Amino acid sequence: MTSTLTISHLTKAFGGVQALSDVSLNVAPGERVALLGHNGAGKSTLMKIILGLIAVDSGEIAVCGSAPGSAVARAKVAYLPENATFHSALTGLEHITFYLRVRGEPVSEAMPLLDKVGLGHAAQRRIGTYSKGMRQRVGLAQALIGHPSLLVLDEPTSGLDPVSRRDFYELLDGLAAEGAAILLSSHALTEVEARTDRLLILSGGRMVAEGSLHDLRREAALPVSMHITAINGYDTDILAALPNAIRVGDSLHVTCTQDEKLQTLAHVATLKSKVADIDVIPPSLEDIYSYFSRRDGQ
Amino acid sequence: MIARIFATAIYETHIARRNRWVLIAVALMVVFSLVLSAVGSAPSGGLGADRLSITVASLTSLSVYLVPLVALLMSFDAVAGEIERGTLPLLLTYPVARWEIIAGKLVAHTGILAVALVAGFGAAALVALASDPTAIAGAGALWRLAWTSTLLGATFLGIGYALSSQSRRASGAAGLAIGLWLGLVVLYDLALLAAVVADDGGTFTTQVFPAALLANPADAFRLFNLTASQATVAASGIGSAAASIALWQSLLSILVWPIVALGLATLAFRKVEP
Repeated sequence: MTSTLTISHLTKAFGGVQALSDVSLNVAPGERVALLGHNGAGKSTLMKIILGLIAVDSGEIAVCGSAPGSAVARAKVAYLPENATFHSALTGLEHITFYLRVRGEPVSEAMPLLDKVGLGHAAQRRIGTYSKGMRQRVGLAQALIGHPSLLVLDEPTSGLDPVSRRDFYELLDGLAAEGAAILLSSHALTEVEARTDRLLILSGGRMVAEGSLHDLRREAALPVSMHITAINGYDTDILAALPNAIRVGDSLHVTCTQDEKLQTLAHVATLKSKVADIDVIPPSLEDIYSYFSRRDGQ
Repeated sequence: MIARIFATAIYETHIARRNRWVLIAVALMVVFSLVLSAVGSAPSGGLGADRLSITVASLTSLSVYLVPLVALLMSFDAVAGEIERGTLPLLLTYPVARWEIIAGKLVAHTGILAVALVAGFGAAALVALASDPTAIAGAGALWRLAWTSTLLGATFLGIGYALSSQSRRASGAAGLAIGLWLGLVVLYDLALLAAVVADDGGTFTTQVFPAALLANPADAFRLFNLTASQATVAASGIGSAAASIALWQSLLSILVWPIVALGLATLAFRKVEP
């Protein structure tokens, strides 16, 4: 299947400062891709380039087969800016009605859209009276207008409470199932972990890692940690049997590489009569993220 | 295309209504028009003109100052305000061309200005008609003043959008707008007057001066209205200048300026990087 978004060897500098260097990526229809990176890593710049708001210095980019920012591309792309802002004097309903008109969609869609993001009750109130989370949901409602082929969402869940976040990802799942490609940036790593198909990590304007969480975990080859709880009095025996174990509080911690994991577990299993419990803790997404962001001199 | 311009125009009308710009513009025009028609009626006795024509002469002078000012006040925020609020990037990702956004704003703001002008001039006309039944003879001059004022407003709205695109802050754009108003409406005429006096009937007065008047939309507006209604020439100070410039020339300036201003605004807005 052809990609909805194709970027190859993209480079952008702002007055001598390299914002993006040789960035390449693809997003296929129905795919949910998370873009991770520090503040200033180039996430927002990349998104603005995809939207056609900023021109590139060099590199190729195709959005739904067209140039970014072209009329064809804009008709198929929806955007949710970081900290979505709207004119405070107008109501949520007036805003959504405006956005529907500009996209050539029926105005009667406005209330169903606002209901969908849980703002039906506040539709007639001015945006100036909305909380940050409510404004974010107006942003979400406008991004759902029509049937966008590509959704570009800049930190879409910032300002949303945990329940709203879950609802939001359910909306995204529905859109992806209908064939929309989704590119979202986030700082909430644990959140995107379960809710996206692929992760991209930007660091200092470079794409330092790309793949599913499973791929990245394997590539990073970070050590696995095991927390062993000994049956009363046997902890010294276990420490003696496992030379690299250390005592942390009431439990014993063992760290090993991915390759040694099964071997270590087998070793612990031989001490079965002395072990009360064992927890195997894989490297967290935060660990993997830090590993890739730091690898290139960050 | 029309639908998107229309959508933007409705959106901007809502904002202007909420921000009380509609109310402010109407109130300003009505109050000033009534005051001027009351004051302007005093010297009319010996001129042999009807009451409404005299009022139109006063309203022409009022419009030259007030219409550009109100237009600039309504437009200075148009682009810089969107940048400052952070609403521009999202808008520009929508399938709407930049000129369509500008045109939509222009339609809304010109409409509001037209409503204010009709209210103000209408009030002045009613006062004139109530005291002088022959005043109906000045209806043509009033109608001419109304549509030329609307075009003058559209010109300054366009210039306001262009200035607004040059600034990333609304406060900066406001400064530019006030500066422009002072320059084009107040200082421009003073400078021309000083030059004419210094020149004392030389080539500047015969060649450059008429062109300079036509180049300024506010002066062209004043010239056209004064030339068109001969009765008001008596009540004005630049009658002699008006006489040397053909009516079609000032009319052309009035008609071309709104298009030029819209073009300037679109060019300036195209350069804005959100």
